[in-house]
Amino acid sequence: MSSSPATALEPTTVGVVLAMAVVTYATKAGGLWLVGRLELTERAETALEVLPGVIVVSIVAGELVEGGPEEWLGAAVVALVARKTERLPLALVAGIGTVVLLRGSV
Amino acid sequence: MTETDSSGDRGRSATTAGGDESEADGRPTADATSTRRVAFSRSGARRGFRDCLPVAVGVAGYGVAFGVLASQAGLSAAEATLMSATVLAGAAQLLAVDLWAASASVATIVLATAAVNLRYLLLGATLRPWFADRSALETYGSAFFTADENWALTMRAFADAGATDGADGSEPTDAAYLLGSGLAIWLLWVAATVVGTLASDGVADPARYGLDAAFLAVFVAIAVDLWDGRTDLLPWTAAFVAALTTAVAVPGRWYLLAGALAGGLIGVRRADVGVDSREVGG
Repeated sequence: MSSSPATALEPTTVGVVLAMAVVTYATKAGGLWLVGRLELTERAETALEVLPGVIVVSIVAGELVEGGPEEWLGAAVVALVARKTERLPLALVAGIGTVVLLRGSV
Repeated sequence: MTETDSSGDRGRSATTAGGDESEADGRPTADATSTRRVAFSRSGARRGFRDCLPVAVGVAGYGVAFGVLASQAGLSAAEATLMSATVLAGAAQLLAVDLWAASASVATIVLATAAVNLRYLLLGATLRPWFADRSALETYGSAFFTADENWALTMRAFADAGATDGADGSEPTDAAYLLGSGLAIWLLWVAATVVGTLASDGVADPARYGLDAAFLAVFVAIAVDLWDGRTDLLPWTAAFVAALTTAVAVPGRWYLLAGALAGGLIGVRRADVGVDSREVGG
């Protein structure tokens, strides 16, 4: 139902988009800015080391909850192929292919 | 972008100078950053761009899905593309068009965007050590191009480079990797949005092509990549269990916070115990 032409830029919409952009940039730059101004303790440094991995794992966990058996199996295939071959594109194609195949057969 | 392409030599001499054991885990320590500057070079950006391209193709998968959904929510192609180009945050944008379709208020949409993006505060914090010596323009210009996927790739590249720092012919640490990898994401994300909005009539159901599964696949692959051996087992398990139970019990994206908190606390606690036992033993 695309009621608006492709090039339409409605002022309110543009305003919301720009507000979203400002808020998003504030979060992206904010972490860098804050940490640059604080003296980091050893524990805080350890936390920063651990965080990337646990954030990625948390994102995966949330996505798994949203998905079903097809996505779970697809994720397992990605993990397996990525671990065995260490080739990211191959792992992605294998995993997404698995999901598409499983959905087709169900 | 500032060109400071003198990274290779410096990385090498710093390593031969010795005393690099403290950097074996890839993070420059307070001591190391004072003696060694992390580079910000065009070659670093190029490397980031190249490494990120396959991941960006995966991102384009759900970029198309975003374009389709945005179009179905009533946004024009120009509006959806403007959003992708200026916001550059997949999860927040998908949520925003979802709210848009449900006729949510402007305040709700902006607040939801902030909530979903709070994790970027954490991601940005983890990047800080590599930007300690970089200019404000390099640092805060790069910050715009932080997305989940290229942030994870960047952390991996920093860890890999930090372990050897160019000593064995591998690439030295280069902070421009974030910008280069982010540009790859940005280009494909914007292009995919255009494709998605224009093709929205044809692609009625993105799920049929597995486009919606790309997000999960990318993160599983990145997790495998970030896996650093048994020290990760306990924090990762804690994060996974906490995120899983929170995602089941609480709507929204609180599971991210729960997982990061649980995993982070366990990780720090573990390091404390490690230090204690070493003191007792030695």
